[in-house]
Amino acid sequence: MVDFNGWDMPVEYSGIIAEHVAVRTGVGIFDVSHMGDIRVAGPQALAAIQHISINDASRLAIGQAQYSAMLYPQGTFVDDIIVHRLGEQEYLIVINAGTREKDFNWVRDNMRQFDCVVENLSDDFTQIAIQGPRGVDVVQKLTEADLAAVKFYWVTRGTICGLKDILIARTGYTGEDGFEIYIPSDEATSARVWNEVLEAGKEFGVLPCGLGARNTLRLESKLPLYGHEISDTINVWEAGLDRFCKMEKPDFIGHEALKNAKAAGVKRTLVGLEMVDRGIARDGYRILNSSGEQVGYVTSGSYAPFLKKNIALAYVPPELAAVGTEVLVEIRNQGVKARVVPTPFYKRPKKS
Amino acid sequence: MSYPADFKYTKEHEWIKPDGGTATIGITTYAQDSLGDIVFVELPKPGTEVAAGKTFGSVESVKAVSDLYAPASGTVTEVNADLNTHPEKINKDAHGSWMVKIKLKDAGELNSLLSASDYEKFVAEEGGH
Repeated sequence: MVDFNGWDMPVEYSGIIAEHVAVRTGVGIFDVSHMGDIRVAGPQALAAIQHISINDASRLAIGQAQYSAMLYPQGTFVDDIIVHRLGEQEYLIVINAGTREKDFNWVRDNMRQFDCVVENLSDDFTQIAIQGPRGVDVVQKLTEADLAAVKFYWVTRGTICGLKDILIARTGYTGEDGFEIYIPSDEATSARVWNEVLEAGKEFGVLPCGLGARNTLRLESKLPLYGHEISDTINVWEAGLDRFCKMEKPDFIGHEALKNAKAAGVKRTLVGLEMVDRGIARDGYRILNSSGEQVGYVTSGSYAPFLKKNIALAYVPPELAAVGTEVLVEIRNQGVKARVVPTPFYKRPKKS
Repeated sequence: MSYPADFKYTKEHEWIKPDGGTATIGITTYAQDSLGDIVFVELPKPGTEVAAGKTFGSVESVKAVSDLYAPASGTVTEVNADLNTHPEKINKDAHGSWMVKIKLKDAGELNSLLSASDYEKFVAEEGGH
């Protein structure tokens, strides 16, 4: 168990590799209750969300969700978020654990001028992620809601494990199909549901998964982690999150700065690396040019358990960002060869 | 976990098995259990001088990098290259997965190392494994 932003969480239950492979080939479950939840509701809820979010929430139908981010006025990240539209004028924003306080204050302070309520529901929910190609089969055993009708990044409500009106979202942070369920946070309920999910998953080889596998799964799928690929010193263009940023929205916090940043051109860009020579690039390792000068750094790096390769995400100057470019990663004072590769490193197979 | 009686141990969780003027070195099952899935090993080439208490390589799991400390001084004579492609063998059988063989500089150095029972006591205190 380790301290993860104030939360006591397991790095692994049975082993990172086994857990990672279970999610890619069957099903794995995660206790992600450390994530935060903010409810925004009222006549101007949409306008309020549009003000703080880079993506376009007006495109959300009831029951639909989207990945987005909140920016500081200078165009750098407060956090990445998932915005769910739960009702006509009701939204749920799910935020990262490490940024719960900061995010809630940010949302509340920047929504004051809008006619809506902003509620911090983070402690009200236990959140369990059931991820992998068999995830839907596991959750379907536990609910009468028709999950086949729920598309990826859509949500529904249903009875789960006897609990009524539970939010069931087809979302996740693993690059696989799967669900996240939001249940009451009291310990008895949480433990009961966790165990029932585990029991339901037995026939599919379910494994409980910890932070270690959570990280290797999202890395293979090139999903950003706050404090690594995105932070308060990195902007949307550098992080390559253009497709979630709707500049055609008339305004949102950070809009002006992003416009200027785009005109000025990016000085660094996020790329995927695959090690060519023996070695594992890890978070924070320096990237060197052929003269041994530092030109960038690794944001996240690890052995990838499904791909069976050593991969990394890194910031490099734009001139080194082309696929195929060779760079050196400094590992214990040695420059070790790596190559820029397309991302995501892993994409889940399309269902036939 | 049980620790072979004919090995000596260090507080950095390496084992050393002397055999006349040479010795075989690896890491303990406590170490592999703490590390988790081992995915990479970096070992010195034959001919390299190693010094007792100094690093001679590293072992990496998915989540961590760990230095290897030489239990005794000497010259590397053989390296287990199989571990380059199958580092997971260390998780399966740490005491049976040798990393390097060295020609001992001073066999007397082994006297200050931990016996199997001392090491067992040491890890019981350290991690409660």
